[in-house]
Amino acid sequence: MTDAAWESLSNQAVAAAGLLYFLALLAHLIEWASLRKMPVASGSSARASVDVPGGVAVATGPDGADDVAGEQRARRTAMFGRLGYLVTWLAVAVHLVGLVGRGMAADPNRVPWGNMYEFTLAGTFVVAALYVALYRRLRLAWMAPIVLAFVLSVLMVAVIWLYSPVAPLTEALDSYWLVIHVVSAIVATGAFTLGGITSALYLVKARSLAKHGPRQSGYVARLPQPEALDRVSYRLHAFGFPVWTFAVLITGPIWAHQAWSSYWNWDPKEVWAFITWVVYAAYLHARTTAGWKGRNAAILALVGVATLWFNFIGINYFSSTSQHSYAGSAPAIHVAPER
Amino acid sequence: MNTALSTRPPEDDRRPGELTFRELLRWIWRQITSMRTALILLLLLALAAIPGSVIPQQGVDSLKTSNWQDDHPKLTPIYERLGLFSVYDSAWFSAIYILLMISLVGCIVPRTLHYWRGLRARPPKAPRNLTRLPDHAAYTTPEPPEAVLERARSTLRRRRYRMEADGDAISAERGYLREAGNLVFHLSVVVVLVGFAMGGLFGYKGGVILLVGDDYGFSNTPDQYDEFNPGSLFSADRMEPFSFSIDDFSVDWLTTGRRAGMARGFASHLDYQETLDGPEQSYDLRVNHPLSIGSTDVFLIGHGYAPVITIRDGDGDIVKSGPTIFLPTSQSFQSIGVVAAPDAEPTQVGLEGEFYPTVAFSQQTGSYYSLLGKPLDPMVSMLVYTGDLGMDDGVPQSVYSLDKSRTTMLTKKDGTPYRIDLREGETVKLPDGLGTVSFERLERWNKIQISQTPGKWIALAGVVLALVGLLGSLFIRPRRVWVRARRDGDGTLVEVAALDRSGGGDVAAVVDELVEALQREDQS
Repeated sequence: MTDAAWESLSNQAVAAAGLLYFLALLAHLIEWASLRKMPVASGSSARASVDVPGGVAVATGPDGADDVAGEQRARRTAMFGRLGYLVTWLAVAVHLVGLVGRGMAADPNRVPWGNMYEFTLAGTFVVAALYVALYRRLRLAWMAPIVLAFVLSVLMVAVIWLYSPVAPLTEALDSYWLVIHVVSAIVATGAFTLGGITSALYLVKARSLAKHGPRQSGYVARLPQPEALDRVSYRLHAFGFPVWTFAVLITGPIWAHQAWSSYWNWDPKEVWAFITWVVYAAYLHARTTAGWKGRNAAILALVGVATLWFNFIGINYFSSTSQHSYAGSAPAIHVAPER
Repeated sequence: MNTALSTRPPEDDRRPGELTFRELLRWIWRQITSMRTALILLLLLALAAIPGSVIPQQGVDSLKTSNWQDDHPKLTPIYERLGLFSVYDSAWFSAIYILLMISLVGCIVPRTLHYWRGLRARPPKAPRNLTRLPDHAAYTTPEPPEAVLERARSTLRRRRYRMEADGDAISAERGYLREAGNLVFHLSVVVVLVGFAMGGLFGYKGGVILLVGDDYGFSNTPDQYDEFNPGSLFSADRMEPFSFSIDDFSVDWLTTGRRAGMARGFASHLDYQETLDGPEQSYDLRVNHPLSIGSTDVFLIGHGYAPVITIRDGDGDIVKSGPTIFLPTSQSFQSIGVVAAPDAEPTQVGLEGEFYPTVAFSQQTGSYYSLLGKPLDPMVSMLVYTGDLGMDDGVPQSVYSLDKSRTTMLTKKDGTPYRIDLREGETVKLPDGLGTVSFERLERWNKIQISQTPGKWIALAGVVLALVGLLGSLFIRPRRVWVRARRDGDGTLVEVAALDRSGGGDVAAVVDELVEALQREDQS
């Protein structure tokens, strides 16, 4: 295949992945809309409600006259849930094709994260891939609509505003550290994003419980208990934090030393990566500190994800001094005219 | 937290709550080393780092900083007083991280001692009522209790628990290394900081713009640098006595594709000597591929053009010759520069203007611009200033701009500026018998950055160690498990309970899994 063919394949795959994410989102929305009509099993324990939402409904189908109708609806609901998950899988696979195509289209072939569009493409891919990979292990069914909405909107932002055609790498990026450093940063970003979503839902759930007590229907009522959400959030962050440490405090400085002569330059991107690191370190501490557990820790996780995404996108546009600004055209090799 | 306040009964005639000096110190120490303080200091550190990413920093980009200062004359003195132009060396930023380090050490040292003493401790006795624990399970089996306990022992041993028999129960504990990981992580933070401080105090970083060619050379002494930033404890004796010259410099200009005009594959062909009388070696210096000489690293970080411009004055004497460094201002290497001839007669002559590697004329703006960074059709276009260039009063000034306060700009008869446009090899005669200016040929320069960062390996080892410790402290799960089996009617009542001491684990799953293991072997 020619480079141009790869590039158009990539563009089409990204469009197709977007469409598939949309279909998966629709399926999950139908599932959850239909679940609204069914009462949450009364007295469901923390552990039971972590289960797939459809599964809970099936297990605790209402008894009485409309048993058959209820069972039918439960089956349909469960089917939409499974369909959504399946389509998400497909979307992730097609998304991967789009990513690989991007790398193959460049001459010479390279990793597909040389500019903002590609960073965002890779970042959303990791969020979606981590979600499907951890779906069963962490029982993430309740996260489906939110993750899909997030991935879909960020992907749209990437395609509409950030798109730039395939181009060769600038000199400073041409290093194998691009693979190691950026992969780890993107993987950590994916994990932190999922963790942030969980923490946000933790706050919603905890607030709802405090205000209204256990509810009988609706999305929030079907969220796992706050303790379970907190645990999932912690696991995601506990995975993301060492990876982020590796990206920001080990590979980043090594590469910075090779390319810019100093392993820590207080460049705005570095500063914000450091801020994110400190905030997540504070989150991990807060989870074990009296008076900071739960709500405050969850708020810290949200602050962390805000600094993360501000750094990922914001710094590239707002900071002119950053040597990491890959937004827009590639910078000329850095020259510091001073005497 | 402030137990010192409440636990000690007020003695003699002190008012309640009044502290002796020692108690006060102890109270302060307790406050500093408390987890809550550490948390607040962490958040303060994050907050304090923000201004440095918004306000240009002296140590990061001094040109941008001075431009910003010129644009904001009112804010500058205030910011300067607050240290906002060098946030990361400022007293308040240092105060936060030093307090954080004190807090960390104050927290870690007692914990290390505690951990050391507890390392060989036996698992604690089983609570009397296991079913009171939040995660527990119970079942009955016809087997005798001894058999169940024996099986529990082998099952737990396989899962590497430390065990202690306790009457009709077994106490087991595992995950002692979590705390070790935690301690290693926190101690490594101190190691990183030591390495970082060594680099800042004893190291230096400098830059030099060096012309390409064997005629120009650089030897590693402070006065040879254009900019030189030593650490506060730096001593020039530690500088390595190497020297080098740039034999040749090559660039690949992309001529096709979407990034046509972009330069790639920069390579400086260095000839260098590690010591004064050492053998001559050569190295291809490229971006991302620095040259290490001893503990010093040499980097290629920029390049540009230096037109050779000769000025002959009114008497026909050469008053200025040789290459002049022009600084690129755009991707297509449109560059700015200054040529000054303070010795010219009858009056000093200064030229200020731009250089275009491949010149083109824009009808829209009515001015020249550079089409490409590659020198296909190089041209300089400059304005001429005469009078006193202010170069004799000893006040240092930038070699990239002219002090025009006591000069006049040459104009044409109609009042428009008199501009000289010279292509390579051309000469122009200045009016009023001022002399001539020629653009002889084009040379190139490289910007070379040189740095010596002692402690960088300590810092790296520190972070790697921190990561290892972090992994241990996050993924090793400290758990206590108790299994009790006692006769209950015809059979045996088995109770299992577990406690997670890290607060992150799913203990219910552990209990389920253990019960399942005990029962599975029941049937075999």
